[in-house]
Amino acid sequence: MTVWLTILLAGLVTYTTRLSFIQVYGRRQIPAWIARSLRFVPPAVLTAIIFPELLMQDGGLNISIGNFRLLAGIVATLVAWRTKNVMLTVLAGMLVLWTLQIIF
Amino acid sequence: MEEELSPETTTPAGEFLAGLRDELPILVGVFPFGFIYGVIAIGAGLSPLTAQAMSAIVFAGSAQMLMAQLYGVGTPGVVIALAAAIVNLRHLLYSASLAPYLRKLSAPWKWLLAYLLTDEAYAVTIIHYHKSRRAPSPDYRHFFLLGSGLALWSTWQLSTAAGILLGTQIPASWSLEFTLTLTFIGLVVPSLKDRAGAAAAITAGVAALLAFALPLKLGLVVGSLAGIIAGLIVERRQ
Repeated sequence: MTVWLTILLAGLVTYTTRLSFIQVYGRRQIPAWIARSLRFVPPAVLTAIIFPELLMQDGGLNISIGNFRLLAGIVATLVAWRTKNVMLTVLAGMLVLWTLQIIF
Repeated sequence: MEEELSPETTTPAGEFLAGLRDELPILVGVFPFGFIYGVIAIGAGLSPLTAQAMSAIVFAGSAQMLMAQLYGVGTPGVVIALAAAIVNLRHLLYSASLAPYLRKLSAPWKWLLAYLLTDEAYAVTIIHYHKSRRAPSPDYRHFFLLGSGLALWSTWQLSTAAGILLGTQIPASWSLEFTLTLTFIGLVVPSLKDRAGAAAAITAGVAALLAFALPLKLGLVVGSLAGIIAGLIVERRQ
């Protein structure tokens, strides 16, 4: 599939979810099991991306002090937990990563 | 009884400007996000045209970041679109939540406002709608969503363009693509308010690691589904 088809398909699916209930309001109510599942979607999807990004290196699990991304990710998690601020989280994580890359 | 309304709820222009005004503080955070998307998209090998087209057609920040990243590691298009669809499922909730306020609008209005329905526009709009207990008459509140939505749309397109133009001058050793992972951490961690949410996140992460070797990046899908199921189970037990 070409890049353009991928973009169009993703755009179509995204637009359909946005329009869904605005279009059919009054005729359909949101099914209860979908409504209950929805709030778990963002944390599940995002963490499924985050864990491999932090822990997998060259196709293998790397849980060690030498894994700079893991260390930066742990600091970012603490900052996110304390401050609830996305920009501060990104800044703290990048500062840790850059510092470790410069020193070692 | 007479409904007490602030002046901006009485005219289309007033509603539109109120939407713009309420969206402004959010735009400060959106611009760097769009810029980084532009940088990552070019770094992942997308052409400037396709990178910008994604901002216009998909118009969803975290999904676009994810799509660019998956594209960069050679993921098949179907899986990329599926991942974007999963990430964007939350818009169902926004759509359901705003639908009662927009029910009297013509079809073209609904189609336009649905296109502009992002996290950021929804956030300010639903707060604005909750302020008025009864629908004002005549009701011009859809102009509020139009204002906030267009403000976000313009900022997103401009910041994407800026990232595309300046992105090639940023060396790979800066590891700017890592800001995406950090952004996701910044979004997820504060959102974990109860055990069910935490269970969903941790299960998804561990399952994604276990399923990492699966072809077509299916580990992401397996991990997400495992996390959602774990969240539902823990919620039911509470």
